[in-house]
Amino acid sequence: MNHAIHGRLNTLERANVLDLKGDMSLAAGYRLGMRDIVDGLRLWHLAWTLGWLDIRLRYRGSMLGPFWLTLSTAIMVASLGVLYSTLFHTDVHEYLPFLALSQVLWGFLSTLVSEACTCFTQAEGMIRAVRMPLFLHALRMLVRNVLVLAHNVAVIVVVFIVFSVWPGWHALLALPAFALWAVDALAVALLLGAFCARFRDIAPIIGSVMMIAFFMTPVIWQPQQLGRHVVLLPFNPFYALLEIARAPLLGHTPSPETWLAAVLYSAVLCGVSWALFVRARGRIAFWI
Amino acid sequence: MNWNARIDVTGVSVFFPLYHGNSRSLKKTVVAAASGRLGQDKQSRVVVEALRDVSFTLASGDRLALIGGNGAGKTTLLRTIAGIYEPVMGRVRVQGSLSALLDTTLGMNIECTGRENIMLRALYGGLSRSELRRLEDDVADFAGLGDFIDLPLRTYSSGMLVRLGFAMATAIRPQILLMDEWFLAGDAEFLERAKQRLEDMVRGAEILVLSTHQTFVVQEWCTRVLWLDQGRIREDGAPDTVLASYLGHPVQPKEAVLGC
Repeated sequence: MNHAIHGRLNTLERANVLDLKGDMSLAAGYRLGMRDIVDGLRLWHLAWTLGWLDIRLRYRGSMLGPFWLTLSTAIMVASLGVLYSTLFHTDVHEYLPFLALSQVLWGFLSTLVSEACTCFTQAEGMIRAVRMPLFLHALRMLVRNVLVLAHNVAVIVVVFIVFSVWPGWHALLALPAFALWAVDALAVALLLGAFCARFRDIAPIIGSVMMIAFFMTPVIWQPQQLGRHVVLLPFNPFYALLEIARAPLLGHTPSPETWLAAVLYSAVLCGVSWALFVRARGRIAFWI
Repeated sequence: MNWNARIDVTGVSVFFPLYHGNSRSLKKTVVAAASGRLGQDKQSRVVVEALRDVSFTLASGDRLALIGGNGAGKTTLLRTIAGIYEPVMGRVRVQGSLSALLDTTLGMNIECTGRENIMLRALYGGLSRSELRRLEDDVADFAGLGDFIDLPLRTYSSGMLVRLGFAMATAIRPQILLMDEWFLAGDAEFLERAKQRLEDMVRGAEILVLSTHQTFVVQEWCTRVLWLDQGRIREDGAPDTVLASYLGHPVQPKEAVLGC
């Protein structure tokens, strides 16, 4: 076995020196944080495969596979749709497409936030076995949730077809929104992942915050039902982020204020996440 | 351009914060901060000094054994060289591609099949598709897993896991190999083959660092021994000298220690 495989490790992160110091300057900390993210992005193929294997393993041996998710979302949307259109006295033709879209998008957001909490603690085995960019685990978590979202999109498509809703070219405006979501998702993963590794009682707190957010955000109810209080909505970060993606898919253009709010919240999130990550990065292996 | 492998460890200390009960809780920490106890808490926080002021240098061709009792800091030192733990004080500089066999599971996913784990390793190492195929063949051949290669790892015996881990870690030729003692869990026949493969690698003028309790492993494989005691270096030198003072009696000189 002399034809050893040398791999391209040399061109990768170990290119080819690892130099770690105690009492690092802040600048050195920023450099290592940056390198973590760049190395993580270079390993996108690994992150993709890990995320995809996560889904496959979750449903290994089940008949419908990940389509169980689609089925449960479909049942949820159908039953909630009928219930709430009665409660709110709205027309089911108008309400159901809105609900299907909101429910699927919110499901994505809230699962993402709760899985962000465990993105490092769950990868404990890997983190303690080899030096690997931590950003990889954030990417893996994002990939996994995007794949789940992709399965749930079927519900939206069916509902839209049944109620003949066609968002038109407006739908393309959702693309920048999803790009912003991806950045935010990674920032949330680094932030909550590190925080929850250190403090184990954060995850349940995040769970209750997301529950409150679900009721405070127009997911099952529509913004116009607020009446004159609708102007307050952009103060809810979840609303701003949800609306920039949802409105275009329903054929509307989100207001500039909504976009402005969404970008501002994202900037704050990324800033806080980066500041914490730079400080916590080297300690996470000790915490998990 | 392939640089020579080199490890410089200078005055490295690693402390483990002990998070038990209270300090794991955000609520307790906030309450402590609010009542002005955090500062004091920080000072009196219980830490385990896993490594204290450890310094040594390894160059291409060195084969270092770490010996010492349980909790002497052997595994922590390996993890620190691997870059998994970052030093609290001092500096670790590692030049060259590195592979570490520290946990039996090696960060492998035990729900995935052997083949899937090999694929993950290939992606981590940035291998091309044809290299992946060669890696698969090489690992399957060396680990002798047979049809188990397509079964999830949780169906493997511990010996099979060790063989798979060892085969993967040594198949992608690292310049530096770090190894914890668990790999000796393999059977005699495996050990013999493992030795051949390792010697193959070490002959390529690379670095081996292994932690072990077994005298014969040290004598056969290593050119230098570091005796760790409570996180400090107690003695550093040639295998026979250090082993003699570690064991408290002179060791039998080993005849014809490997032809390299």
